[in-house]
Amino acid sequence: MDLKVNGKTVSVEADESTPLLWVLREHLGLTGAKYGCGIAQCGTCTIHIDGQAVRSCTYPIGALSGEEDITTIEGLSEDGSHPVQQAWVELDIPQCGYCQPGMIMAVAGMLNNTPDPSDEDIDAQVTNICRCGTFTRVREGIHLAKTKKA
Amino acid sequence: MADTINLSRRGFIVGTGATGLTIGILAACSPGSEEAGTDTAANTEPNPEVNAWVHIAADDTVTIRIARSEMGQGTLTGLAQLVAEELQCDWDKVITEYPTPGENLARDRVWRSFSTGGSQGIRGSHDYVREGGAAARMMLIQAAANRWDVPVDECSAEKSVITHGPSGKTFTYGEVADEAAEVEAPTDVPLKDPSEWTIIGKPVKRLDTADKVTGKQIYGADFKLDGMVNAAVKQAPMRSGTLKSFDADAVSGMPGVKQVLKVDDSTVAVVADMWWQAKKAIDALPVEWEPGPDSGFSTAAFEADLDEGLTAEDAFIGNEAGDVDAAFENAAQVIEAQYNSPHQNHACMEPMNATAVWTEEKCEVWCPTQNGESALAAAAEAAGLPIEQCDVYKLLLGGGFGRRGMSDYVTQVVNIAKQMPGTPVKVLWTREEDMQHGFYHPITKARCQGALDADGNLTGLKIRISGQSIFAGLMPQALDNGKDFLVFQGLLPTGVNERYEDQSLKYTFPALKIDHAMRNPPVRPGFWRGVNANQNAIYLECFMDELALAAGKDPLEFRLAYLKDSPKLAAVLQAVADKAGWGSGGGKARGLCAYYSFGSYTAACAEVTVSEDNQLKIDRIVAATDPGYGVNPQQIDAQVSGSFVYGLSAMLHEEITFENGETVQKNFDTYNSMRIAEMPEVETILMPSGGFWGGVGEPTIAVTAPAVLNAIHAATGKRIRQLPLKDQSLRDA
Repeated sequence: MDLKVNGKTVSVEADESTPLLWVLREHLGLTGAKYGCGIAQCGTCTIHIDGQAVRSCTYPIGALSGEEDITTIEGLSEDGSHPVQQAWVELDIPQCGYCQPGMIMAVAGMLNNTPDPSDEDIDAQVTNICRCGTFTRVREGIHLAKTKKA
Repeated sequence: MADTINLSRRGFIVGTGATGLTIGILAACSPGSEEAGTDTAANTEPNPEVNAWVHIAADDTVTIRIARSEMGQGTLTGLAQLVAEELQCDWDKVITEYPTPGENLARDRVWRSFSTGGSQGIRGSHDYVREGGAAARMMLIQAAANRWDVPVDECSAEKSVITHGPSGKTFTYGEVADEAAEVEAPTDVPLKDPSEWTIIGKPVKRLDTADKVTGKQIYGADFKLDGMVNAAVKQAPMRSGTLKSFDADAVSGMPGVKQVLKVDDSTVAVVADMWWQAKKAIDALPVEWEPGPDSGFSTAAFEADLDEGLTAEDAFIGNEAGDVDAAFENAAQVIEAQYNSPHQNHACMEPMNATAVWTEEKCEVWCPTQNGESALAAAAEAAGLPIEQCDVYKLLLGGGFGRRGMSDYVTQVVNIAKQMPGTPVKVLWTREEDMQHGFYHPITKARCQGALDADGNLTGLKIRISGQSIFAGLMPQALDNGKDFLVFQGLLPTGVNERYEDQSLKYTFPALKIDHAMRNPPVRPGFWRGVNANQNAIYLECFMDELALAAGKDPLEFRLAYLKDSPKLAAVLQAVADKAGWGSGGGKARGLCAYYSFGSYTAACAEVTVSEDNQLKIDRIVAATDPGYGVNPQQIDAQVSGSFVYGLSAMLHEEITFENGETVQKNFDTYNSMRIAEMPEVETILMPSGGFWGGVGEPTIAVTAPAVLNAIHAATGKRIRQLPLKDQSLRDA
């Protein structure tokens, strides 16, 4: 089937039950979205479908029509200049970094819907796991990202 | 002439086929990302290194070699700061790379230990890495002096530029790097006085951030070689179970499946073109397991063993002072409490993985590891080849926390690769495998007893720890005549055993007895960030709170009375109390903790709210650390705050329990990890008093849970002595 990924139409041959995560990682070589749990708990696999944050590890490609705009961390910006990425660099947020592509996509997705999130919005909408424990700076980074332009 | 490092296997290019994308993979940790399809490390003919720690290119790029592993803790940046400080180089030109353990072996361990644990990265190597930088600087200056034909003491270096004072002539490091490599290494290498430091102690940015925010950073789980196949494994779910049989034919026709293999006595693998195919097939594979002697193990039943250990005779003493029996005989009041700490899994975000190619001549492994040298030894043993014919290429870790000091997944991938000579194979565990086959934080209980005199002074303290020894389960050679002194982390006497001086008790009590009854379940234990300091701090510091309240004393004053011999621990405790407003009321429920571990002094003051309907909100934690020297203050802040997430996750949610030899918890739905909503405000106070090198990655975990548990008591009057908090009422019924 055809998919629109990061602005390009790509053709994929995979079983309809294959999770989008593994199509991105193994068929398209886009390894920015990570495998962490496979049950949509941890959020390391977060990508955007039509601008909405989605956990791709449990999203079968059969559920896609092919018309959706799929965005991965690799396509969030051309050069790492998305406001969230800028804030993440400025505050040196990543530690091991494995969860951060998913964290950044979750945050960018939230900002698409809620450009000026409160701490309560953040608590409700950013539910990704980070075992290194970057949450203090992630919260700070979200508030900083709100002030930045792409 | 000095050896140069062969970079040919470290940087290379792979194509992914389907979309024609190419990904340049560099195990070297460059600050910026490489353009797709390019690879400077492989394309550049390297000039000779100045010495093992420093390579300088003609364009003045400074490559600092890092032996320890980066897993998020920032050691890569901190160690580079140490070398760069003495090298007097331009920090903006610094990049880093990992030498391989094979290169270390071939060069008589010139980089010494690769082991990355015990918060040892910086404190265990600061002297010789700084000497490496200083020696390189001296050789560069000597090379310039030789070129100018002037006395070396007329020359100096700053920011990668060497200046001849009298003439004002200059060279950059890159201009003399080749000649510097020919200069004889100095034997007398003086180091700067800390007052002269300009890079150490500065909050410089991490060197490894850029690729982590764009998705370009390649972790082991992302790693790919041309022609690589992917393996999913299933290991006997019950302790000591073995592989009885599997029906390969049932899945061999599934898409992409190439082979179904026995990996070892308890593991079966499906190898397929893609990992998702392998995973689907192994889920469908009919497997029969043979139960072993421990396959009936249950945590609930083991509780009886732990309880028996609390009063058993067969304990050995870790710390003893004064006449503790007399103290209890003469006590006006005796307080007793029992605490426990469960098994916990590391649950690194990146599941265990490794990639290998095996031939009869050679075995190479690419993996995230906290100990490249033990990974290499494991690879060679599994490969059945001399260690000189093997090597390990380290990738940045998607979390380590102690789990990746073990090499079980390295052995596993080589066992698979051996059955497919010449074919690169990657094994990636599912989260379920990771939860079921960890090296778990040891399970223990403690019985704490305190003797108070009529004035509320603590005259005697007894702590009996009953439970699991990490050394006994993991490395019996580390035991002292069968005793595990690491069990007493943070509770050991000072000035007795140099090996554990960095884990000693800083309180001075009139009489004391701390002992351990070893009770080992058939569950493999591991070093889990913070290790035994985590529960020992709960045992000691929650009980100190109980004693203070029983004595009718303020918990801060009560602690300080016994910290007269440790002004440093008293100072961090006082600092958090002052900053948090201890004693100022304001309707806040506060709790304190002070602890010394991994050579650093730490303290925390937590503020919590417990709602009428039993909901806990941790409002704020103020934490202070005195690590002696603080190499990178902003990274220390990140480590302290991050360690609270690991510590609070454990306190709130984490528990691995066994039924019928199997873990009950198999993924994050049943083994929860805290989210941002549960994260308190964190204020860190860095108090580097100088004169010693303490750890940073681990020490502050220990103070997290006790401070919060003491604050919960302040809020509700209920003492929580059992972890985790989930499913417990925080109020008395």
